[in-house]
Amino acid sequence: MNNNRTWYVQGIRDGIPIFLGYLAVAFTLGIAAKNAGLTAFQATIMSITNLTSAGEFAALGLITSGATYMEMAITQLVINLRYCLMSFALTQKLDSKLPLFHRFLVAYGVTDEIFGVSVSVEGKLNPFYTYGLTSIATVGWTLGTYLGVVSGNVLPARILSALSVALYGMFIAVIIPPAKENKILAGLIAVAMATSSLFTYLPIVREISPGFRIIILTVVIAGIAAFLFPIKDEIAQEKSYAA
Amino acid sequence: MQHNVYLYILVMAVVTYLIRVLPLTLLRKQISNTTIRSFLYYVPYVTLAVMTFPAILSATASTWSALIGFVVAVVLAYRGAGLFKVSVGACLMVFVLELFV
Repeated sequence: MNNNRTWYVQGIRDGIPIFLGYLAVAFTLGIAAKNAGLTAFQATIMSITNLTSAGEFAALGLITSGATYMEMAITQLVINLRYCLMSFALTQKLDSKLPLFHRFLVAYGVTDEIFGVSVSVEGKLNPFYTYGLTSIATVGWTLGTYLGVVSGNVLPARILSALSVALYGMFIAVIIPPAKENKILAGLIAVAMATSSLFTYLPIVREISPGFRIIILTVVIAGIAAFLFPIKDEIAQEKSYAA
Repeated sequence: MQHNVYLYILVMAVVTYLIRVLPLTLLRKQISNTTIRSFLYYVPYVTLAVMTFPAILSATASTWSALIGFVVAVVLAYRGAGLFKVSVGACLMVFVLELFV
């Protein structure tokens, strides 16, 4: 029990950069929500129930244009499909004997950032760590949305601009340290960033939406790496003492 | 036809939650296949790298401040700084740089 509390507190602490980044991004989401005609209450409900940035931004466009509910469902499926891939990776980090309700709770918080930090834990993942991250991240996301709707200019543009790199900084903090000791990981990260750049700027392939770009590149690059550099079982097995 | 905002939100929330919860609940056993295990081990690194670059370059007011923020984050992470330090370090760098642009 004590162990769970320690993990929860650690999650809240590690979630502070997520909080800051979400606050900034959700703030601009709130402004967009207001322009789309949503009330502060509606925008807040949307953020607390969805907890996803690209999906919510896209939804605002659909709501404004009066799209059908089916169009809304398909758009969300396409944009958020990457979470499916993340949940596949995350499910292996959880103890298979963990009571099922933990998995339902962890699922709520599968965002790019919470996933990224959760998988960086060594060994098995204690769900309470993810709960800590999710708690503080949800507050940032929801509060940011609300503030964006009610007061479009409470945060100066300069601060918003600086806070926008918080989330990327966190991703970097997650992927760089293991790559220091593992040359394959370092190479993979370089290849991933290079191909991602090509897909962003080259004609034709740049038409692929960011959501699909992430899925395609991840499946292809991680897939090739799995064939070329299968990891020995003692690493893959992952020591479970951390849980 | 007039659509209801709350119904839109409900549709969004249900679809998004299902995407997240299905793999976590349906696939509970440890996979023993080495290739799949290796694939899942590599997934987070590739995903996060793809999401970070070059997207970070368009996150701030100028490409240059973002690029330098990126370099600062990589250097800090390489030298062993934790999540918070790397993240806040990159933010501060961008903030200070943009004071001069």
